[in-house]
This record gives sequence, C-alpha cells and structure tokens, in this order.
Amino acid sequence: MAVNTVSNPTSRVDRLYAWFDPPGRRWTAYALVLAFLVTGPLYMSNYAMVIMTNALLYVVLALGLNTVVGYAGLLDLGYAAFFAVGAYTTGILTQEFGVNFWLTIPFAVVAATCAGIIIGGPTLRLRSDYLAIVTLGFGEIVRIAARNLEITGRASGLSGIPNPSLFGWEISGPTAFYYVFAILAVIACVSSVRLLHSRLGRAWLYVRHDEDAAEAMGIDRVKVKLAAYITGAIYGSIGGVFFAVNLGSISPPSFSFQQSVLILMAVILGGMGKIPGVIVGAFIVILGPELLRDIGSLRLLVFAVILLLIMLFRPSGIWPSRRS
Amino acid sequence: MRTPEERTTTMSFTDIFLQQLINGLVLGSFYALVALGYTMIFGVIKLLNFAHGDVYMVGAFVGFGALSLVAGTFGAGWAGIFVAMVISMIVVGFLGVIIEQAAYRPMLNAPRLSILITALAVSLVLENSALALTDGQITAFNTDLGFNGIELGNLYVSYTQVVLVVASFILMIALELFVSRTMYGKAMRAISIDKDMCRLMGINVQRVIAVTFFVGSALAAAAGTMAGVQYGRIWYFMGFLIGLKAFTAAVIGGIGSITGAMLGGLILGLLESFATQIPGIGGEWKDVFTFGVLILVLVLKPTGLLGKSEVERM
Amino acid sequence: MGLKLEQITLRFAGNTVLDKVDFTVADSAIASLIGPNGAGKTSLFNSITGFYRPQEGNVNFNGESLMGRKPHKVTKAGIARTFQNVRLFREMSVLENVMSGMHCRTSSGAISAILRTPGQRAEEKHILEVCEDCLDFVGIVREKDRLATNLAYGHQRLVEIARALATQPKLLLLDEPAAGLNSAEKDSLVELIQRIRDDRGISVLLIEHDMSLVMKVSEHIHVLDHGRMIAAGTAREVQSDPKVIEAYLGQDDEELAL
Repeated sequence: MAVNTVSNPTSRVDRLYAWFDPPGRRWTAYALVLAFLVTGPLYMSNYAMVIMTNALLYVVLALGLNTVVGYAGLLDLGYAAFFAVGAYTTGILTQEFGVNFWLTIPFAVVAATCAGIIIGGPTLRLRSDYLAIVTLGFGEIVRIAARNLEITGRASGLSGIPNPSLFGWEISGPTAFYYVFAILAVIACVSSVRLLHSRLGRAWLYVRHDEDAAEAMGIDRVKVKLAAYITGAIYGSIGGVFFAVNLGSISPPSFSFQQSVLILMAVILGGMGKIPGVIVGAFIVILGPELLRDIGSLRLLVFAVILLLIMLFRPSGIWPSRRS
Repeated sequence: MRTPEERTTTMSFTDIFLQQLINGLVLGSFYALVALGYTMIFGVIKLLNFAHGDVYMVGAFVGFGALSLVAGTFGAGWAGIFVAMVISMIVVGFLGVIIEQAAYRPMLNAPRLSILITALAVSLVLENSALALTDGQITAFNTDLGFNGIELGNLYVSYTQVVLVVASFILMIALELFVSRTMYGKAMRAISIDKDMCRLMGINVQRVIAVTFFVGSALAAAAGTMAGVQYGRIWYFMGFLIGLKAFTAAVIGGIGSITGAMLGGLILGLLESFATQIPGIGGEWKDVFTFGVLILVLVLKPTGLLGKSEVERM
Repeated sequence: MGLKLEQITLRFAGNTVLDKVDFTVADSAIASLIGPNGAGKTSLFNSITGFYRPQEGNVNFNGESLMGRKPHKVTKAGIARTFQNVRLFREMSVLENVMSGMHCRTSSGAISAILRTPGQRAEEKHILEVCEDCLDFVGIVREKDRLATNLAYGHQRLVEIARALATQPKLLLLDEPAAGLNSAEKDSLVELIQRIRDDRGISVLLIEHDMSLVMKVSEHIHVLDHGRMIAAGTAREVQSDPKVIEAYLGQDDEELAL
C-alpha cells in the first residue's frame, strides 16, 4: 500500500505554511482575504468579476476533488461527471418541470449521492491505476449520455435556464453572481476544514496512509472511501447547480475530460491535500491563462508541462509532509 | 460492383453476422496491438501507462509524416506505407524509451499516486502538443490505395482491411516469438513475476524495461499508422478513446498476459461490432457499451480471462 | 468465553500454511504462540483478524463466529492487533495515530462534522480523553504531539500498543512486540502486558521469539510448527515436551534457550 516516503520535512512550502501557524497571523490572513472578496466589485471591472466568479467556482470544485484525491487518495479522472449531474439536474428541473431553483438543490445533492454510490460502489476496491481509468470511463459515459439524450438537450444542451430569485429579488448580473459564488466558496472552505479535522477526515488520512493498518484499527475502508467520493460528488454537484443558473445555458463540452483534468490541475498544482494550496491552484488554473493571454489556448499544455516538471523534481510526490 | 446500399438491403442475418465478424476482426486487431503495449508495460513496471494511447496517436502522425517523406521514392501505396510504418515504429519506439527513462524511472519509488499523475501528465503533454501543432484540425491521411476489395456474396472486405489484419497478425506472431524465444522476451516475463529476484540473478532489469517500452510503443505506432491508412484521417485526440478501449481489451484478456491482450483485443473488437447491430446502440453509445463492459469485467472478474489471481495481501 | 479456533486450515497456492489448527485463549488470560520461523504464526494472526480467509475451520470469539468477517469487523468485535513491522501512520502525530483506534467506537459523520454539532464536539473531547489515557497507560503521553516517525523505535512500538488499546479490545494480539527492544524495554513490556490484563481485563496473545520473555509472562504457551499445533500447556510442560524440542532442533541457538 502506498506509504508516503518522507520528503524533506522542512521544505520551503511547509515553512510557508508554518509561518501561518500562530492564530494571530492566520486570522489576519482570513480577514484580509474576506475583505478583498467583499469589496471586490468596487474596483473590479465586469470582465474581471466574471473571471473571479469562475475562479471561485473552481475553488468549490477543486475542494470537492481534493476530498477525493487529496484526502482519500483516489485518483478520479472523471470528476466533471458530478459537475454535470448538478448542472443538468437544475437545468432539467427548472426548464422542463418549472421547479423553483432553490428546490433543485436537494435534488442535485441526492442525484450526486446516487452517482457517487453507482460509480464508487463497484470501483473503490480496485487498485489505483484501474480506478483512474474507470472513473475516466464514467466521466465519458456521463458526457456521452448528456450529448445523446433528448432530456439533456443532446449536443446543444439546455438553454434558457431562469435566474433564481431570493425573497422576490432576482439574482442576475455579474456582481450578484460574484457574491453568490464567493459565499459558496467560503462555505466550501469552511466545511472542508471542518471535515479535515473531524473523525471522518482523520479516517480518510488513515486509509490513505496505510489501508491495511487502518482496517486493523476498525476502519471500514470501503465505507470511508465511499464517503469521500460522495462528499466530492456533492461539492461538484452544487458547483454545477450554480454554474447552470449563472450561465443560463449548459452544454456537453463543459463536462468533458478536459474539464476533469483542469479541476485536477487546480488540486495538484496548488498543493494536494492542503486547503490553502488547492484554493491557490484554482486561481492559478483560471487566472493563469488570463494573465498570459497569448498562451490561452495552450493552457492545458503549459499546465501539463508544469505538472510533469513538478512530478519529476519532487520525486517524493506532491504530498505535503505535514498535514495542516 | 454493387453499392453498399444495394448490398445491405439484400443481406440476411448470417450476412450481417459475418460482415460484423470481419469488421470486428479489423477493429480487434488495432485494439490487440495497443493492448499488448499496455499489458507488457504493466508486466514489467506494474503501471498502467496512461500515455500509451497517445503513443498510438503519435505513431499515426509520425507515420503520416514518414509517408509524405518516402512517397517520392516508394509511392503512397503499400510499399510506401510499409516503409512509413517501419519508420514510425522505430521512431516512436525510441520515444517510448525516452518517456520511460525521463518520466517513469525516477518515480518508481514514489507513492503510487505520484507515478499515476506523472503518466497522466505525459499523456497530456503529448495530446496538447499535438493539439498545438495541428491547431486541433483533423489531418487527412492520404494513400494511393483505392477502395477495391473482395466481394463474397453480400459481404465486402476491402484489400486494405485484409492487409491490415494480416499485418497485425504477423506482428503479433513476431511478438509471441520474441517473448518466448529471445532472452529479452524471457527476461520480460521473469521480471513480471519477480523483479527483485531478476536483479539478483544478474538480469539487467533496466535494459529489459527499456526494450519492453520500445516494443510496446512500436506496436502502438504500427496500429496508429494502420488506423490512419484504414480510416483516412488522424487527429490529436485519437489516442484517448483507443487508449481506454485497448485498456479494456487488456483487462478482458487478463492484464499481464500477452496472449490475453491479443485475445481481449479481438473479443472487444467483435463485441463492439456486434453491439452496433443492437438497436439503440449506435454512434457514441457504442463507447458507452464498451465502458460498460470494462466496468463489468473489473467488478466481476478483474483478473480477466487469462490473468493470474493476485495473492492475498499481507 | 474467549477465543476459540477450530480446525483452521489455510492454503496458499498449494502450500498448506495452517493445518487443522485447534487453539483456545481464555478470557483474561496471557498466552503466547511460539514456533520456528515460518511455522505460520503471523498467518494465524491474520486468519483470526480477517486478513486471510482460511478455507476450513471456524474462528469463534465470545460465542460469535468471526469466519469470513472483514478485518474492521473483527476489530469491532473486540480483537485488536499490532504488527510485526511497526505500521504506524508515519506522517501523523502520536495522538492522531492512537485516535484511529477510537474510530470504530464513535459515530460522528460528515454532516455533524461540518455543522460542529454539540454531539460531535463532545465526541471529539471524549476521543481525546480516551486516547490520552491509553498513551498514559503505556507511559508515553508526553510524546503525544510528536510526529510518529520521529519517535525512538521502542516508543513507536508502545504507540502501536496504545493505538490497539484505544479500540477497547477484549483480546489483544501482539506480533513480536519485543523485537528490537533492549532488555530494560523488554522488562517494561512484561510489566505492561501484565497491567493490560490485570488493570483492564484484556486477554493478551503474543507471538514471540524471545523465550525468556515468553516464559516470564505467559500462563499458557502454544507451539506451532509447519502449520500444525504440536503442543500447548504451561511453560514447564512445553519446555519438556519432546516434540517442541525436536521442532527447534536445527534452529538458532537463541531459539533453544528454553
């Protein structure tokens, strides 16, 4: 079983994290980030806000995938499937059945849970190489189904998804959605942190470290892995729900393997398993191509090369050597 | 000659069956060639080389390039194609070795997840480089082969299909001989059983692994070139689906077993061909069918047909 | 009631690793399992704890059959173990390692974790208390925040024992707990094993090669050779059993120090 080889315990990244250990510094950092988030629309152009909104969506998605990959150690290459489940659930329910947006959320959560059980159930016992490819296969199945079924609008997808209303006030426009996603991102962060420091979060780490030893301690590794999978699915699904109403229309290309890979990049490039790292990764993946406009279409290539270089020059892998 | 439409309206059940049999064999040969690479590499380093499908894609492009180069001397018919394929096999064989040395060898003692991600990174680099170079466009793979073939009653087999299947079988037989008769082949099998013991016995494990990658990649390149010839077009993403399907084939046959990969490839090709005849499974749904098969096999009989059962842990 | 193995037979690829083994460990007993290398002792542990599935026979614990149960269910039923090669969660703290034992005795899930319900917080507090108590019991509570991998080897073994104790077992299986310990540490170990039984009523079964330790601590000794139970009894009885002496002939002199 994969036991992490100990990399240099005082690597630069770990020292960076350690700098934030004292609560005073940490809470200041939180306050600054929150202030920046809240006051964003004051000095951001509409375009910048749309980018930020995208980045915040990726924070939610990356935190979800982080639960699966970073905590439970399951390489999921088809994560976009859960994103699709949430988006299409909302799209179909609001469009076809006129359901109120806010009611679609519990449906999306249930759908995600079912998807997690269907995909995770048979595959979690597999060794990691097989699991990666099988999850990829499932991602493709979901995408192909979306592309070919009547109810999901086939290749053109669904459009005309109505904006949600809150207490009679319609949520529309870049500013409103920016705040919506900012709130989602904060909720995602807080729940991720709380999960990490809980009984379940510890169980994920034990199983990731040494499955057999964890089993010997009374931990049901299948149940624990499934919990990680379902948790990740729910994060992805919720991201999809709000993505659908933000854009107003959804189509299959948004849920392709490329999308799964991008989310995975966000998780890995920032520092897998560590929540601040994952958040940074999300911003890198979304803002990077914006800042380096010329390479926009080559962004996956650039990220892939960077990823390869990271893997090769830190051979012990990208696991942080100390958990946060 | 009758047109395809004229032919199909008069086809009986047996005719359809036999036609799909032929189609399945052709498809299956491609799957088998790529699946062999997966299985051999898995045997020696216990890694599913995620980038293998993309090696097939590179093989197709190199074959295309090689054909353009040699068409002047050998023409763009079978002679030219043969030369192009050989060139592609050699070039891509070396590419495979480079990938192994540069990306996988340093990772062998790293946690499992790390090497998987590295393989993914290699795959992405290959795919996206091809994307950048071709601007995402489909490239036409032009040959001077024409579309002649053999008519057997209601069935039609093109000469291209015949040659490709024969060529695939020749390659598979060559591989079988390589594995059972040569030192490298035997060493490869030994390593897949117990690598450490091989080292102790003085076998140059590193070199055998490199050779394995060379051979596996060369086979994939051959399949890629042949696919270009058969379908007339190649693009940067063609390795993705083939990779998944060849992996499925390797699993069906039993990962780690060379005969299994050949068998699995053929079985999968046939399964897919016959599945297209089931109403409802057309177009993209046949891919869903294939993935469904993969998942079923992994859940019900993960060792496949000819694979060895893994010994209980601890 | 205790642990009862009946006719356990385990085969691997043609080899019979355990051959119709009958074996009992009574409640609140301290017993040892000895035998030459390769006799099948760890395989027996693995069969009891569900990591191996014997082809024949039955494992009975306090009236329940444990055959075919997954390892985590065996632990939940009250049997905990340590490993021959220390298998701590190396990148985690000592305390976190021990906390893994409490997982099967607690129940907070994802939702109560995210909402930080009062029930969840109380449970976390309880987990901390039990684990610190276990660490204190084995004597290394002051190391609780250190990274497990940074501890001295002897202390790592103690962490493993504390971790197993945290699962609230009724039977504790120790696989070569004295390997690599110096004589002072071995004396502490003897005393610890006795305290585990005397203070907590937990039965202890150990695999050991150090005969003097085995003699000092065991009430009952079982001897395994080539997968068969060849003798069982008190220290004195086993010492003079001709079958046991013969099994050890040809082994290291150390082994013969009966």
